[in-house]
Amino acid sequence: MAHRLGFAGKKLLRMVLLLLGVSLAAFLLMSASPLDPLQTNVGQAALGTMSQEQIAQLEDYWGVNDPPLERYLGWLTDVLHGDLGTSLLYRVPVTQVLAERLKNSLWLMAAAWVLSGALGLLLGTVAAACRGRWPDRLIRGWCLLISSTPAFWLAILLLMVFSVWLGWLPIGLSAPIGAQASAVTLADRLRHAILPALTLSVTGLANMTLHTREKLCDVLESDYVLFARARGESTRSILWHHGLRNMALPAITLQFGSISEIFGGSVLVEQVFSYQGLGQCAVTAGLGSDLPLLLGVTVVSAALVFGGNLIADLLYGVVDPKIRARVRAYGRKGGA
Amino acid sequence: MTPLLSVEHLSISFTQYDRGTRRRILPAIRDLDLTIDRGQVAAVVGSSGSGKSLLAHGILGILPYNAHMEGTITYDGAPLTPKRAAALRGREIVLVPQSVGYLDPLMKVGPQVGRDKTAVRAVLDRYGLGPETEGLYPFQLSGGMARRVLISTAVAASPALVIADEPTPGLDARAAGRILGHFRELADAGTGVLLITHDLELALTIADKVAVFYAGETVEEAPAGDFDRLEDLRHPYTRALWQALPQHGFRPIPGTQPYPGALPEGCPFAPRCPKCTSECGGDVPYRPLDGGFVRCLHPERGNAS
Ligand code: SF4
Repeated sequence: MAHRLGFAGKKLLRMVLLLLGVSLAAFLLMSASPLDPLQTNVGQAALGTMSQEQIAQLEDYWGVNDPPLERYLGWLTDVLHGDLGTSLLYRVPVTQVLAERLKNSLWLMAAAWVLSGALGLLLGTVAAACRGRWPDRLIRGWCLLISSTPAFWLAILLLMVFSVWLGWLPIGLSAPIGAQASAVTLADRLRHAILPALTLSVTGLANMTLHTREKLCDVLESDYVLFARARGESTRSILWHHGLRNMALPAITLQFGSISEIFGGSVLVEQVFSYQGLGQCAVTAGLGSDLPLLLGVTVVSAALVFGGNLIADLLYGVVDPKIRARVRAYGRKGGA
Repeated sequence: MTPLLSVEHLSISFTQYDRGTRRRILPAIRDLDLTIDRGQVAAVVGSSGSGKSLLAHGILGILPYNAHMEGTITYDGAPLTPKRAAALRGREIVLVPQSVGYLDPLMKVGPQVGRDKTAVRAVLDRYGLGPETEGLYPFQLSGGMARRVLISTAVAASPALVIADEPTPGLDARAAGRILGHFRELADAGTGVLLITHDLELALTIADKVAVFYAGETVEEAPAGDFDRLEDLRHPYTRALWQALPQHGFRPIPGTQPYPGALPEGCPFAPRCPKCTSECGGDVPYRPLDGGFVRCLHPERGNAS
């Protein structure tokens, strides 16, 4: 127990440090940005017609003249009080924007994540079981092909085929255009998430498939599979009893670790599909010099990625008996 | 009485690719003959890395896909075809592997010994392994325990033929003796035991007969009793092995076993043999001699030449 608490405490401390570091980095990058918030958001023409006082007021609003350190510390104090600030672009609390975007993005990322994990496992297993024969070669070739295809290009291709030529799926956005938020049905949401989720899952899918195949081939060539065969176990039984078990551990780590990749991909994919998610929000906030929003997005996404890795670590201990035994032994020592 | 298992002119070769393109055939076993009766322990003795394990895999029909096997294996009076081997392995013909590396590292011991819980309990009990053993993972087993678990996996099936592949590495002499004792017990109860090992001394403690394996061939088959006196042994290599035993002076033979890819013409032992003549470069048949077999033109026993 003491060990578990120690583990959790260490992880928590690391997370706080990570969030601090990431937010500071985002802040510094933003401060160093050559974009003038007034010019981008108000416009050169509009600025020209304004009085000096008005411009000063605007500069005040966008925080142009405040010393950077003061701005960052100010933001940090607010955050510690539970206030993420107000978005400069949308003029609503950052938490509100984040909540809405996060909801959209989570749908998308969860779908892509499950799809790439499940399908990758399946394809990888098929490839390993037929290793060296044509299904294996086909699957491997396809994986190499799609993992060398840029996600945004694939997104555009899918859009052209399914939305423009075939007209089966909407071109963009996370809900029908002009619809009231309350009138948006689950079916609408799903229809809008299909293409982005598909695109997003593709990169992770290739990774997962190749990894599963590699690992399973190792397992199939292992001594314990040889012994299982010597004991008369069928190929199916071997795959099911020994293959899955020994493959699960690395697959879990890979899959939870891939959350960061999926998130990174979502920034591009959401942009192409004009999907109102967190990734797109990051781009908007970055280009629009919306500092509180950008920092909010950064912190939330870093926490998300960190959470994924943390879950992978924890699950590792649950699945691997060696780690479990070590933890138990440690616990006994620590508890005594 | 027909023997339980008889292996005649067995050869196993591998197709290998040198630097990706050049194909070559590597003969791991070239000519192996052996018979085992019910209730008998037959040991195949050869130095490490001589391809002895492949004999076990060949009998069980679990050779890798790039292996090619020729010769006849007869089990219980009928040819042991791949199909028959597949039906019998794990049931009538079982393997006791070398190490816990042959157990699934992520599976508890109990279910790996067998599906039937009461049978598992009974067999583990027989080898002095308590109920707690069932809940352990392979990496938690000590050397001696692991060995007994591995025997249990084989015995749980009540087999007619047990193939033990190097079952005692890493054990001290006493522990190894105890483990081998378990195999002797099995044989005394009517099971045929094929013991594959590099350790002639240990093999002699339980074996009824010994086949000596050199460079892919059986060079001699002799009743265990023949190893009591040097004069009773037939092949120069067997005699050399005997003299290399600690109680017989620990005299090693110079030279090394040829690599399967670089075998000399004729007798493979010729480069190391003190009695080699020019005829030894030709064909050397495997023939019966004084209650055993030998593959030598000038066998030592009885000074036939
Ligand atoms: S055949 Fe000739 S070379 Fe081979 S072991 Fe006999 S005597 Fe020696």
